[in-house]
Amino acid sequence: MQKLGDFKLPHFFNYPPYFTLQPVRDIREKQIQLWKELILEYCRFQKIFVVGLEEDFPLFSNTVIERFLSHEAREAFLSAVVSEGRGEWLDKGHRKCLILWHRIQEWADIVLNFVKDNGLEDSVMTIEEIRSGIESRGTELHGIDRTILMRALKLLEQKGKLAIFKGSSADDEGVKFSL
Amino acid sequence: MAANCLPPAQVTESGRPVLLPDEIESYLLSSVDLECEELPNFPILKSGLLSLTTHRLLWLPESIAAAASPSAIPLAAITHIFSPKKSLRAMWSSPRVRFQVSVSSDGRVIGLGSSSGAGSRSVVVTLVVRGKGDIDAFLAKFWESWRGRAWESQSAVSSSGSGPVSNSQPGPSSSGLYSSEGTVRMVGVSGILRKEQEMWESTDKSLQDAFQDLNALMSKAKEMVMLAEKMRQKLLSGSNSQTGASNDEEMGSKQEMQDWMLSIGIISPVTKESAGALYHQQLARQLADFVKIPLEKSGGMINLIDIYCLFNRARGTELISPEDLLQACSLWEKFDVPVMLRKFDSGVRVIQNKSHSDEEVFARIKTLVTKPDALRIGISASDAAMTLGIAPAMAKEHLLTAESRGILCRDVSPDGFRFYINLFYEFDPNDVYLVKDYGVYATWIKAVSAS
Repeated sequence: MQKLGDFKLPHFFNYPPYFTLQPVRDIREKQIQLWKELILEYCRFQKIFVVGLEEDFPLFSNTVIERFLSHEAREAFLSAVVSEGRGEWLDKGHRKCLILWHRIQEWADIVLNFVKDNGLEDSVMTIEEIRSGIESRGTELHGIDRTILMRALKLLEQKGKLAIFKGSSADDEGVKFSL
Repeated sequence: MAANCLPPAQVTESGRPVLLPDEIESYLLSSVDLECEELPNFPILKSGLLSLTTHRLLWLPESIAAAASPSAIPLAAITHIFSPKKSLRAMWSSPRVRFQVSVSSDGRVIGLGSSSGAGSRSVVVTLVVRGKGDIDAFLAKFWESWRGRAWESQSAVSSSGSGPVSNSQPGPSSSGLYSSEGTVRMVGVSGILRKEQEMWESTDKSLQDAFQDLNALMSKAKEMVMLAEKMRQKLLSGSNSQTGASNDEEMGSKQEMQDWMLSIGIISPVTKESAGALYHQQLARQLADFVKIPLEKSGGMINLIDIYCLFNRARGTELISPEDLLQACSLWEKFDVPVMLRKFDSGVRVIQNKSHSDEEVFARIKTLVTKPDALRIGISASDAAMTLGIAPAMAKEHLLTAESRGILCRDVSPDGFRFYINLFYEFDPNDVYLVKDYGVYATWIKAVSAS
């Protein structure tokens, strides 16, 4: 079976029509669904948070059968991810897409579990510490996209679980947990 | 109708009359009754289509359901055509044309084939025109055809056999549109009208004079067609008699000659001049008869453009416009003809047999795309064209239709536009790695990994 890095690719990745946006409605819907699942699976596996439409995203081309997705097809498939609430466009021109293989609510729950597991209920942490500190090593929070983390923290702030305070620079932003 | 006194007229499947050799249609009138009070066994021929040819008067039922059968009166049997009476009554009632026909003693109209000469007695047949139609023009053509005695020249040629074409009768005489027979002097308003008409006639005559050369050329052209026809006959009989002796070169030239002869095509094309308002209707019928052979050759479906070229080529000089063709085709819906016009989603229009089934074509396409090679690299329109034995443009239409039905799906790449069997429904989005045993998907994986 073909692999992309360590990621195992399905057989249909070598099916040439998979790389042509199908014009017939029923077939296209099925095709979009398949691509959506594959994009989410791949991003989760490789911990990819942002997919750029104009960048070389490995999944969007297949060197074995010499096929690649057109710009139109890429946008169609990512739009499907967005419309299911598993992604968000980062700009109006739809050039960058945030991929949420966990939804914001799920990320917020992961943060809460992380806090409880490490006994940080009343402590203060910087954002950077959460993303790359010793405590988060080996958890899903390690290397998390800053935008996604901030969204999750803001959701928790609204629920009164923590308070975000600003330092002199973006690096200094921190949170005080109050569970 | 055992005692039908009129010889029957043969018609094609689409209701067009089958013409005799050299017979040419010259005028059509709709809603015509034929009546004869003197003969008790004269059939009831009500509101049919009257077709005047150089040889016969043909009466055809306007709908298939009509009880009356197509009938013919040979012009040879006509002994006199009465001039129309200009009376006050004639202004209000339907125009009538009366003529005298000779019949045998048992009350049958003498056919073309009989050589017994004049019949024992004459009866008067009345032709009532209930529809709209230029009765004067018809009458003029009627006279012209009757006096042209085209049937005699035909029999003269056939009896003289292989001899040179005798200058028996150079086609119908080139008389004016209006005959001078039957002009009645009138005074008053009708007198003025008559004068006006005479002026028209003289203008027409001078025009006719101007075109006399052209007419001479046309009568020569008719001889040429006859000559060509005879040569074709000879070629046909020749190839039968000396099959063994002829060498390849001779056969080749014969073939060429025959093709050339065939391209002379339809002897009596329906023209606007002869059919008038009935033009498209008659054209539609003629076209329906014509397309049968090209349709057979091209597997039951043919591009409208191809038919346009073939049809006009067969017509020779009486070319029709694309609009006329389209209109004629769209009239097929109203007639009981075995062909139909079809428009593909892409806008391409074709003519196909009514019996043509898409399912059959799809089944063949399916077999084609499930072959190991096609599974691996798909098929192009030309691949399909070769297998199905049809034109590539047509094959592409079939492939696109099959795609819209979910049988195929496309692959557009720098290598070209190809079609694959649609496997999308075989893939499971909940488990992208799942491959069902013994499915098309599994077969496909096998074919791909074999390469």
